[in-house]
Amino acid sequence: MPKPVTDGSYELFAHEADIGIRGRGPTKAVAFGQAALALTAAVTDPGRVNASMSVAIECMAPNDVTLFVDWVNALIFEMAVRKMLFARCDVTIEQGKLTATAWGEAVDRTRHEPAAEPKGATYTEARVQCDADGAWTAQCVVDV
Amino acid sequence: MDRSRLERAAPCEWRVKQQGAMRVPAIIYADDHLIDDMDDKVVEQLVNVAGLPGIVGAAYAMPDAHWGYGFPIGGVAAFDADQGGIICAGGVGFDVSCGVRLLLSELNTQDVEPVKKTLAEALFDTIPAGVGSTGTLTLDDAEMTAMLNGGAHWAVENGYGEPEDLERTEEHGRMSGARPECVSDHARKRQRREMGTLGSGNHYCEVQTVSEIYDDRLAKAYGLEIGRVCVSVHTGSRGLGHQIGTEYMREMVLAAPSFGITLPDLELACAPIKSDLGRRYIGAMRAAANCAMANREVITHLVRRTFAKLFAHGHLRLLFDVSHNTCKAETHKVGNELRELHVHRKGATRAFGPGHSDLPESLREFGQPVLIGGSMGTGSYVLAGVPAGEAASFSSACHGAGRAMSRHRALKLWGGRQVQDDLAGQGIIVKSPSRRGIAEEAPGAYKDVNAVVEAAETAGLAKRVARLRPLACVKG
Repeated sequence: MPKPVTDGSYELFAHEADIGIRGRGPTKAVAFGQAALALTAAVTDPGRVNASMSVAIECMAPNDVTLFVDWVNALIFEMAVRKMLFARCDVTIEQGKLTATAWGEAVDRTRHEPAAEPKGATYTEARVQCDADGAWTAQCVVDV
Repeated sequence: MDRSRLERAAPCEWRVKQQGAMRVPAIIYADDHLIDDMDDKVVEQLVNVAGLPGIVGAAYAMPDAHWGYGFPIGGVAAFDADQGGIICAGGVGFDVSCGVRLLLSELNTQDVEPVKKTLAEALFDTIPAGVGSTGTLTLDDAEMTAMLNGGAHWAVENGYGEPEDLERTEEHGRMSGARPECVSDHARKRQRREMGTLGSGNHYCEVQTVSEIYDDRLAKAYGLEIGRVCVSVHTGSRGLGHQIGTEYMREMVLAAPSFGITLPDLELACAPIKSDLGRRYIGAMRAAANCAMANREVITHLVRRTFAKLFAHGHLRLLFDVSHNTCKAETHKVGNELRELHVHRKGATRAFGPGHSDLPESLREFGQPVLIGGSMGTGSYVLAGVPAGEAASFSSACHGAGRAMSRHRALKLWGGRQVQDDLAGQGIIVKSPSRRGIAEEAPGAYKDVNAVVEAAETAGLAKRVARLRPLACVKG
C-alpha cells in the first residue's frame, strides 16, 4: 500500500530486474515530488536523510511522460555527481517546464547504508495520469 | 510462462512463429523448468524486438532471460544497416559494456582459506564499492578523452594493469570507432571521480576456487584446475555509460516518428544505423565500452596490489574480459552469405567458437571463454564458445543466473544479516556497505545457474568448461 503522507504518497513497485518508483498527490507537481522520495527509497529509508542542502533543478519536455523521466534522470545525475540523497522536493510545473528545489544531504555510508545505485529512469511502466479519484500518479521503472 | 504461444523446436528451444508486426520469429532457449518460471513479459518483449526494422534471423532470448525494459535481459538481436537496420539504446542498456573478467592466480584454495577473512577485508578496503564511493583517480577533460579513446590501453599506459592483459580483453582492450566528442559534458562529469569503482546492485569482485571441471582439454587450455583460486570482477562503464544511455534514449524516443518508426514500447526507441543519430550513439557507446574496459583494468590493478601484499606468489593473470551489454558490428553467416550485422546483446555474452579471427591467437583453437556470473551462494561458470552457436544465436550465450524475482520481493523474504550469516556458514564471506543490498542480491533471488548453463549447453550456445565456487565476495 502507498505510504500515506500529508500531501501525497510514494511507493516502490516490483520489476523483475529493477525497481519501480511511484508518486501520488493532489497535483501533478506533488506526484513528481513524491516520486523523488520513492527514488530515495530505492536506495535507503528517506526518513534517515536530512534536508540540510538544496539543489535547484530545471527540466523541459514536450509531454508529461518525457518530463517525468527527465525529472527522475536529473535527480539521478545530481545524486551521482554530488554524492547526495534527497529527502524533500518542492516542484512546480508550468507549460511543460519543471522547476524544483531538491533538499537532502551527502551520502553517509554508515547512517544511510545505501543499497542499489540508480543508473537511469526508463520508459518502462512510465505513466503520468490523473486517476478517477482526482489524484495524480507519476511512475516509471528505474534501472539499478 | 504461458506455453500456448510457444512451439517446442528442440529440448531447449522454443519458438514464436512470425506473425503480426513481427519481421522474424522469436526464439527462447530454456529447459522446461526455466521456461515455466520465465515471466510472460519476456515473450512480449521479444515479440516487440522481432518487429524492429532490419532485424535478421530471429529475436533470441538466452536461458537466463528475464523481464527487462524494451529488450528482455538476456536478449540478442542483429540488424543489417543496408536493410534499414536500427541501433537501439535500450538494446544495449544503461550500463554500457557491463561485463566480467576472470583473473587466475597461482594459489590453491588451501593457500587462501587461512587468510580468507583478511583478504576479503583488504579487497573491501581497497576497491571503492557501493553508492557514494569515489575512485582514487580524478580525470580532467583531456584525460577523459584519452580514456574514452584508449580503453584498457589507456589504463595500462597510465600504470594500471599489465600489457599482457590487453590481448585477453575483448576488442584487444580498445574498441575502435569510439567518438568521445559524442559524449556529453554531463556524462563526463558523472564519470570524473568514478574510474576504478565497482558500483552497486549485482556488481561484485569475488574470490573463487575452481570446484568442477567439465572439459579437461579446454580447462587446461584456459589454465583452470581443481582448487585453483581466481578472482571475478563484474562491473561496467559506471556513470558515464548510464548518462549516455539516458541521453540517447531520450533523443531516440523523440526522433522515432521522424524516422517513420512505430514503437510498440518507448523503451525500444531506436534510430537507423546509417542516420546521424544512430552514428553518434554508436560512437558514444563505443567510447563507453572503452570506459568499461578501462574501469575493469583499474580495478584489476587494485586487486593485484591487494594480493601482492598478502601472498608471496599472488600474481594474477587475466584469462579473459568480456562484456554482456553491447552492440557490435560483426560478420555473421546468414544462409550462405556473410553479412555485416550490428548484434545487440543485452545481458548476453558474445561466444565465438574455435577458429574465430577476433580471438587472441592463444585461445583461437579453443573458442572464446564465456564468463557466467552466478549468485553469491551458487557459484559461477566458465563456458567456451562452440561452432553451433553461430547458427543458433549469432554466437551468443547467457550472461549470469538471471533474476528470478524482484528486489522488492527479495527484501520481503530475506534480511541482509541473515543472508550474510547463511553464506558464512557455507564458507563464503560477503562484504558490502549495505545489508539491504545483500538481501536484494540473495542467492534465492536468482534462477538456478546450474540449470541455466546446462540449458545453454544443450541448446548448442556454449560448452561448460569449469564451475567456480565463491570464497569471498565484495558487493557494492
